[in-house]
Amino acid sequence: MIRAQGLVKKFGEFTAVDNIAFDVAKGEIFAFLGPNGAGKTTTIKMLTTLLRPTSGRVSLDGLDPVTHQTAARKQFGIVFQDPSVDDELTAYENMDFHGVLYSVPKKLRQVRIESLLKLFELWDRRSDQVKHFSGGMRRRLEIARSFLHTPKIIFLDEPTIGLDPQTRNQLWTHIKKLNDEEHVTVFLTTHYMEEAERVAHRIAIIDHGKIIAQGTPDELKAQTGTDTLEQAFLALTGSTIRQEEASGLDKMRTFDKAFRRVKG
Amino acid sequence: MNVVYILWLRQLKRSARSRARIIGSFAQPLLFLLAFGFGFGAMFQRAGQGNYIQFLAPGVITMSILFTSIFAGIEVIWDRQFGFLKETLVAPVPRILIMVGRTLGGATVAVLQGIVMFCICLAVGFRTSSLPLLPLALTFLILTAVLFTAVGTALASVLPDFQGFQLVMNFLVMPIFFLSGALFPLTNIPRAMRIIASLDPLSYSVDGLRSALIGETHFGVPLDLAVLCLVTAAAVVLGGYLFSRIQV
Repeated sequence: MIRAQGLVKKFGEFTAVDNIAFDVAKGEIFAFLGPNGAGKTTTIKMLTTLLRPTSGRVSLDGLDPVTHQTAARKQFGIVFQDPSVDDELTAYENMDFHGVLYSVPKKLRQVRIESLLKLFELWDRRSDQVKHFSGGMRRRLEIARSFLHTPKIIFLDEPTIGLDPQTRNQLWTHIKKLNDEEHVTVFLTTHYMEEAERVAHRIAIIDHGKIIAQGTPDELKAQTGTDTLEQAFLALTGSTIRQEEASGLDKMRTFDKAFRRVKG
Repeated sequence: MNVVYILWLRQLKRSARSRARIIGSFAQPLLFLLAFGFGFGAMFQRAGQGNYIQFLAPGVITMSILFTSIFAGIEVIWDRQFGFLKETLVAPVPRILIMVGRTLGGATVAVLQGIVMFCICLAVGFRTSSLPLLPLALTFLILTAVLFTAVGTALASVLPDFQGFQLVMNFLVMPIFFLSGALFPLTNIPRAMRIIASLDPLSYSVDGLRSALIGETHFGVPLDLAVLCLVTAAAVVLGGYLFSRIQV
């Protein structure tokens, strides 16, 4: 369903993704793990037409996102690492907007919006503007939205970041359920190893732009002689802490928070 | 078509829900209308130029359109920073449709504000000389709004964040406004300034609107229309091109 071959992305001198290859089968849940700055998000951006690869090939259900952009975009839904809902619109309007963009027929749109909002327990709040939602509710809305057009593939880029254990647990339960029922292929990244161990059929570990190990959670543990995926991960990637610069968005969010506080 | 509609609708809903922005966008044109209109009125009259409120109103209406539409276009930066832009950029629709929908939405809001500003001018004592020409006035409002929303979108597509915004205000929007003839007649000004004014697209908006509302014109309506149509088309093409090249 998802195939990458010899995929490279360079930003000037810096090689963010260095000749990686992987295959994800239909209906599989595939976890892409790695320390900060390892190249996870860059890879997802190349898979989802947001960045052009420097070299190498990608295919989504046989379609190349570079040459068949629009057709490839229909195949997937995505939950970005950063929020991507419109604060000034209501939950229902955000869903409806997405449905129109993906040309989901009106009748079907209404049915699917209702069932997804109910599944993610947002139906009662459908007419509230998203700016009044908590972080967990926004995340649930984004995940519900990514399933709306019944995509074949779902990309989840750190979907559970900053959420409490209850919400995280519930999210993965829903995602597993939709994976079972709709046979969606799931490509996810996360920093919570126990989550990956729980939901993923297969795992690839990326560090410094290269895939350093690939296999089922059990295979990775056996390969490193460890008991948990977290230990396996640390054995493979070492325990040095990676530095990352604050992005413009992080700065802006800090500013926005401070601004809201001033306004009361 | 649905895509253009839903993006248009989104711009309208966002504007309608942001009361602070609506009130804020009237503050400046209103200040100009009252302070300049009544402050310079007597001087203007003594110089033999007639009633200054009559002269100034089309300029102030154009001003409110200029500011609102530039802001509507610049909103792309906001969407980029808060992530919503990505939602539209990965959607399986040509980006040009997204840009067109946004632009029409922003322009609609700007035109509505221009109409409200027109009513405020009427309340302050402005009188239009020809009712049958109101559709022509509306045409100028629409062209101006589309033009500057597209310009805002083009700028936002190349500016990474709000830090460049102050530059845009000081070196683009303000000069466009002050050099357009919105506040003073273009006859009897130094030659250099008249040349600059004739290069400023807003001059043709102000002149066209003034002609439709009070029958005074510097360039003539046919030239106003021709220039505005041409520049607006160019801005939409440029904005569409730059918007479709955004990478996040």
